[in-house]
Amino acid sequence: MSNPKDLLYSESHEWVKMLDDTTALVGLTDYAQSELGGLVFVNLPEVGDEITAGETFADVESVKAVSDVYSPVTGVVAEINEELLDAPEKINEAPYDAWFVKVSDISAKEELLDADAYDEFIKGLE
Amino acid sequence: MGSYVPNTDKEQQEMLKEAGYKSFEDMFSCIPDEDKLGRELDLPSGLSEMEASRKVEELSDKNVVYKHIFRGAGAYNHYIPAIVKSVTSKEEFVTSYTPYQAEISQGVLQSIFEYQTMMCELTGMDVANASHYDGGTAAAESIPMCKDRKHSVAYVSEATNPAVIQVMRTYCFGSNTKLVTVPVKDGLTDADQLKKMLEADPEAACFYLQQPNFFGNYEDAEKIGQIVHDAGAKFVMGVNPIALAIMKTPAECGADVAVGDGQPLGMPISYGGPYLGFMAVPKAMMRKLPGRIVGETTDDDGNRAFVLTLQAREQHIRREKASSNICSNQALCALTASVYMAAMGADGMANAATQSTSKAHYLKDQLENAGLKAAYKAEFFDEFVTVCPCSADAILSALAKHGILGGLPIADDQILWCATEMNSKADIDDVAAIVASVTGKEA
Amino acid sequence: MNLIFEEGNEGRRLSLLPECDVPEVKVPDSLKRNSKFHLPQVSENEISRHYTKLAGRAHGVNNGFYPLGSCTMKYNPKVNEVAAALPGFTRVHPLQPENTVQGSMEVIHLVENTLCEVTGMKAFTLQPAAGAHGEFTGLLLIKAYHVDRGDTKRTKIIVPDSAHGTNPASAAMCGYEVVSIPSQDDGCVDLAALKAAVGDDTAGLMLTNPNTVGLFDKNIREITKIVHDAGGLCYYDGANLNAVMGQARPGDMGFDAVHINLHKTFSTPHGGGGPGAGPVGCKDFLVQFLPGYHVEGDSKSGFEYVIEPKSIGAVKVFHGNFLVIVRALTYMLMLGKEGIPQASANAVLNANYMRVKLSDVYDMAYDTTCMHEFVMSLEGLKNKTGISAMDVAKGLLDYGIHPPTMYFPMIVEEALMVEPTETEPKEVLDEAIDVFHKIYQQAQSDAETLHHAPHDTVIGRPDELKAAREPVVRYVWED
Repeated sequence: MSNPKDLLYSESHEWVKMLDDTTALVGLTDYAQSELGGLVFVNLPEVGDEITAGETFADVESVKAVSDVYSPVTGVVAEINEELLDAPEKINEAPYDAWFVKVSDISAKEELLDADAYDEFIKGLE
Repeated sequence: MGSYVPNTDKEQQEMLKEAGYKSFEDMFSCIPDEDKLGRELDLPSGLSEMEASRKVEELSDKNVVYKHIFRGAGAYNHYIPAIVKSVTSKEEFVTSYTPYQAEISQGVLQSIFEYQTMMCELTGMDVANASHYDGGTAAAESIPMCKDRKHSVAYVSEATNPAVIQVMRTYCFGSNTKLVTVPVKDGLTDADQLKKMLEADPEAACFYLQQPNFFGNYEDAEKIGQIVHDAGAKFVMGVNPIALAIMKTPAECGADVAVGDGQPLGMPISYGGPYLGFMAVPKAMMRKLPGRIVGETTDDDGNRAFVLTLQAREQHIRREKASSNICSNQALCALTASVYMAAMGADGMANAATQSTSKAHYLKDQLENAGLKAAYKAEFFDEFVTVCPCSADAILSALAKHGILGGLPIADDQILWCATEMNSKADIDDVAAIVASVTGKEA
Repeated sequence: MNLIFEEGNEGRRLSLLPECDVPEVKVPDSLKRNSKFHLPQVSENEISRHYTKLAGRAHGVNNGFYPLGSCTMKYNPKVNEVAAALPGFTRVHPLQPENTVQGSMEVIHLVENTLCEVTGMKAFTLQPAAGAHGEFTGLLLIKAYHVDRGDTKRTKIIVPDSAHGTNPASAAMCGYEVVSIPSQDDGCVDLAALKAAVGDDTAGLMLTNPNTVGLFDKNIREITKIVHDAGGLCYYDGANLNAVMGQARPGDMGFDAVHINLHKTFSTPHGGGGPGAGPVGCKDFLVQFLPGYHVEGDSKSGFEYVIEPKSIGAVKVFHGNFLVIVRALTYMLMLGKEGIPQASANAVLNANYMRVKLSDVYDMAYDTTCMHEFVMSLEGLKNKTGISAMDVAKGLLDYGIHPPTMYFPMIVEEALMVEPTETEPKEVLDEAIDVFHKIYQQAQSDAETLHHAPHDTVIGRPDELKAAREPVVRYVWED
């Protein structure tokens, strides 16, 4: 799967889709889901929670492990994708459609990579 | 010296040599001299099996075993079918480890799956865990299940077994949780007070109700559950598993968590342990359950297979983020409970429950005739409290002389009695006669 | 094979209880159970056969070699079972008056004394029901100590990254923040990292020695001193006591509180996952915080219950897993002062014997004398042949050997931790060594078959992903 060009990426393998200057969707990249293996559960924050760039805001469970998901932005959780709670496999099947949270009131961002830079970054890891 | 080391001294020396050591001392040079004990242990010498077994038997003979037991308060004397001990003595069950390797542990895993099913049936719930240590620790660990960032205060009825409340307090000391008790009125939880307290506290996370309560009385669990939910808190019920055969289930009462002690399901009273904590919840609370859970799946060939599942909740994966540290639980006791429930069946358990409450009511009537007074008017299951015109001690000493363990003295003049299917009419009549001789009342 | 619910038929039952000889009383209508209650409807014959079949699909120490690292699967003596079945123990109510339970109190007293001598502690509580329960209790003692001193700044517990998962989980249950410190290449505590981590916010350290890779940490006294100097206390996870009992004592190493796993070190059976017992011992200054009823006295003048003045309360209802404690006492009486160090010496011998004889083909994580267990890394084998620790473990199942502990400790890649214990005869060890060699050969010549092991067990590898995604955790009746 190639990484969509209209998204931004973090080095901890999250993607960000800016909907406008202060709102975004966040999810896990294809590289992340393939490294994690079959996911069985997602622990999401609550609507209204404040999240901070670089800190964990959710976690995903596979059969034998739990992995933290880091927020690329600082803001407030406006919506959570409840579909993922019942069908976490969607993250494996279509990672770029499986948004975790919609974040509003974004006041800060991590240093994010564009699609090409992220592709390079992954090549470096392999 | 008693030893279970099969290898002879000669074999040990051979092995030392093959492993490249001159002696045990040489091998133990990996421990610095200053850390070595360097002396014999200050303990008695080891014994042969015959001597050890005699010594332990002597110790057991120092206990008084009562022929007739009328005391409950968290440890109940019920009939244990012979098949229970027979099954739970099987070496494969006794000596196996936790079933992490599913392929070689289908027997243990299936037995736990069957146990989980039976506990769900008993409580009306959707999911049960593979066990907790006892009813008290299960009650204590229900609290973190109900807490979240906005709800952090736990409530418990004062009609709960004080020993259970104490365990909850200790766990709350650990987790820095505020635990508030709700007063009792006429032997029952004061529902009006409960309503006031919960309504005044937006941070109330949960309320724990024992059913039947410590005094043996039936609480109006449905009404209390409603009060708790209206206040935005979760409803936890601690229940007697024998009573559940004929009593409204926690699920019917709207409970969010059902816990209790499964000791009455085939475990001897054995001076307090090992017993069995059970925890069961509706589907929505499944991921909050501590402890092991067995799930059904298939293998590559489509065969039914059982496996420990939802392990990502547990300590070996979540470590400090786990909601509980529980690892070893009470697996063999859970097996005991399953065999008991299979042997008794639903009708058998209903029979044991009905007989228990019938015997207890007959006991109460006879004790009243003998000069004691029931402390409460409330309806009760198989335990009740009497007020005595004389001291509780006087009554209990008189009974003890006849090899009878009377009820638990809960005040100078109050006794908490218990009767089960194990107490015959004749035994109960004897108790009443002895009590009458103490109170001076003509029976 | 059927579930027990799939056996039997409507109306089948056992003849267990007599008729009720008093007037029948029912539950009041408003409290009556309204939901259907399903349990099996089977005869005793069917129950007996069902569980015999299930037992045939279980594998205990009684069936064969069980070298599970960190679990100490030693032989479970049968005399322990005889002791635990004595009616003088099983038919006693926990709330009987003190003078009628002097035997049980003496059992507790004797076990406490033995554990004190073996560990170098002043007193023990036998209330905790398992090791993790003991850890929780021990940490509560530490918390009570600091709270009592009015020192509320101490919010952190230090745990090495090699620790068993229960350690940080227990610390979290006590409201502590867990500070994980990295281990050195040799698996031991990194003193510099420890020094950097301690401060006036350190409540304590949790450690086991030998450590979770089976090595005795020679710096142990310095480690406990560093923590004490910073004002913290030291907690000993007794899971590995089988390596050092009678040889060295945690109390002498500087630990302030310990827990012991009776179902590991003291031969009580694992029961498929319990019941065990996790007694907690402590030094003098912590005794005042112990939970439950402490038994004091002696067999001449009698025993009585004492509640410690600043007790943390209770971690369980009643006195602990008493029948488990009886089994441990029987074992302690048999082994005595000579048998206890003999057990640990042979536990260490058997582990080193296996380690040395497997080193020709397997990579040992640490190339030095181990204690009662050793860790192999299958990383090299995986890179060369694609065969992982999981595959080797599953391969062992086809030979009837329970696999060693897999993927623990987390600091070793593709780890297999082997703990033979002292109760295995030499031939069993030799046979296991032979099997490990065969599997190594198979990894070179027929990795594909090994990759799909086991082949000779009642089921193949279960679909754990499906089990977690679509949890089916109970049988459901059709009506």
